[in-house]
Amino acid sequence: MASRIPNRITIFRVLVHLAALAPLAVLLWDMWEGNLSVNPIQDITFRTGKAAMVLLTFSLAATPVVIVFGFKGARQVRRALGLYAFLYAALHFLTYAWLDYGWDLYLIRLEITEKLYVLVGFAAFLILIPLAVTSTKGWQRRLKKGWIRLHKLVYAAGVLVMLHYIWVQKADIRQPLAWTLFLALLLIVRLPPVRRWFTRRRTRKAVSRRSSRPATKLETSN
Amino acid sequence: MSYPKIPSSEITPEHLYRSRRRFMKGAGFVAMTALLAACGVPGLSGKEASESALPGAGATPGAVPPTPLAGLTDELGDPANSWDEITHYNNFYEFTTKKTKVAQMAEGYPTEPWKVEVGGLVEHPRTFDIDDLRKFGEEERIYRLRCVEAWSMVIPWVGFPLSRLLKEVKPLSKAKYVRFQTIYDPERMPGQRNKVYQWPYIEGLRMDEAMHDLTLLATGLYGKPLPMQSGAPVRLVVPWKYGFKSIKSIVKIDLVEEMPISLWMAAAPNEYGFYANVNPEVNHPRWSQRTERRIGERKRRETLMFNGYAEQVASLYAGMDLRKHF
Repeated sequence: MASRIPNRITIFRVLVHLAALAPLAVLLWDMWEGNLSVNPIQDITFRTGKAAMVLLTFSLAATPVVIVFGFKGARQVRRALGLYAFLYAALHFLTYAWLDYGWDLYLIRLEITEKLYVLVGFAAFLILIPLAVTSTKGWQRRLKKGWIRLHKLVYAAGVLVMLHYIWVQKADIRQPLAWTLFLALLLIVRLPPVRRWFTRRRTRKAVSRRSSRPATKLETSN
Repeated sequence: MSYPKIPSSEITPEHLYRSRRRFMKGAGFVAMTALLAACGVPGLSGKEASESALPGAGATPGAVPPTPLAGLTDELGDPANSWDEITHYNNFYEFTTKKTKVAQMAEGYPTEPWKVEVGGLVEHPRTFDIDDLRKFGEEERIYRLRCVEAWSMVIPWVGFPLSRLLKEVKPLSKAKYVRFQTIYDPERMPGQRNKVYQWPYIEGLRMDEAMHDLTLLATGLYGKPLPMQSGAPVRLVVPWKYGFKSIKSIVKIDLVEEMPISLWMAAAPNEYGFYANVNPEVNHPRWSQRTERRIGERKRRETLMFNGYAEQVASLYAGMDLRKHF
């Protein structure tokens, strides 16, 4: 590359990193300023959990965005989004086990067996651990085809997270249902026939756009 | 308006409250930065954080808490929560489901004039205004409030036993239950436009529960009139039941023959029962009720049977299967 002017994709990547770190920054700021509620541990639990859920969903949105809109930048932030989701999930888990229950394993065991949603959330977190560990290029090479198979588990984590999110609600589950629906759409887009349909549609559009444009302009516009 | 004078020594001194909060804040921050450091996130273990985590750091010099919150405790010896804690962490879905936002949204809500219509199966149906209700007496009752969400507070209410009002209107022998209703005002209460719930808020008690001396109609808090977020101008307080039974901002009380269906029973019948007695042995179908966090405390506490009022109320439920009648 001749110039060092950041291109669109670089800007997009920077924005994604900033957005992913924003919930943490806001949380730390609110802790520092004393803006958390009088039940701060619950506050931290909710916020880290929400951020983990949103980022995990967005990481699962990367491929569908490429399929539907052909925006290649999305693929370049997929791993980062997944790792941020893991960061928040880890904070969420540690807030629960450490801040909330003070590693009281007897109580935690009771709660895990009594509250199904804790078990489901914990299972999702356990799934994310090996995925985070093997997210590097080195592990990708080492595991070869197994890597893809292993990382397909993220779909299971996504579904468990939604179940966890629905089950913690008191009665109004509209918001978690909306996220679940979104996740379902993201999974549907990946189904081979749906995926092919979108790809064909994009190529057709691109072709017709190019052919309708005067040939001389083609060079300068890109 | 007249309110019983509570000696100023009994009210949580502001500086103690402040320093306690500062401690919580500092402790939370340190714990969080420790979590982050453990996860390999660099640069977040600032020294400022560890300094402010010292209890009382930044407090007025020499203001060492003597016996914190002396005087104002429940009968188990636990200190009352501060006015700020009680009035800035509220479940009042009529305004919003965000507990920290209720105070702000409820501010300026008109509670005068206010009428409470008492009727149904009674000899003398009557409408009371707040001054009429205050004539039933005003005493301070320091009760624990245990929310179904597994947090709790100790609250110095001002009010009078509901039984006094019921005796005044004379329930007929057919009356088996008391049904309470919150004001319905979707114009000023945006939460009531949420169609997930069947507004207005309804709650109910069995006759013997309603007549129990612990059951309070509260009009005040810390010797002051109730603020709107706490259920002004008059609310129910049933300390041995989960907080949602203690219905706020009451406009109607009816004596009825059939068990009333509360808003929560209607919203999720297999999760919220009519009785809703605090019971560590009976879980909400999805959550455990074994422990709770007392607001202001770091460690969780074990939840007590009937929220610690078993001695007074257990006999009301003798022979009942509390798993079935949850």
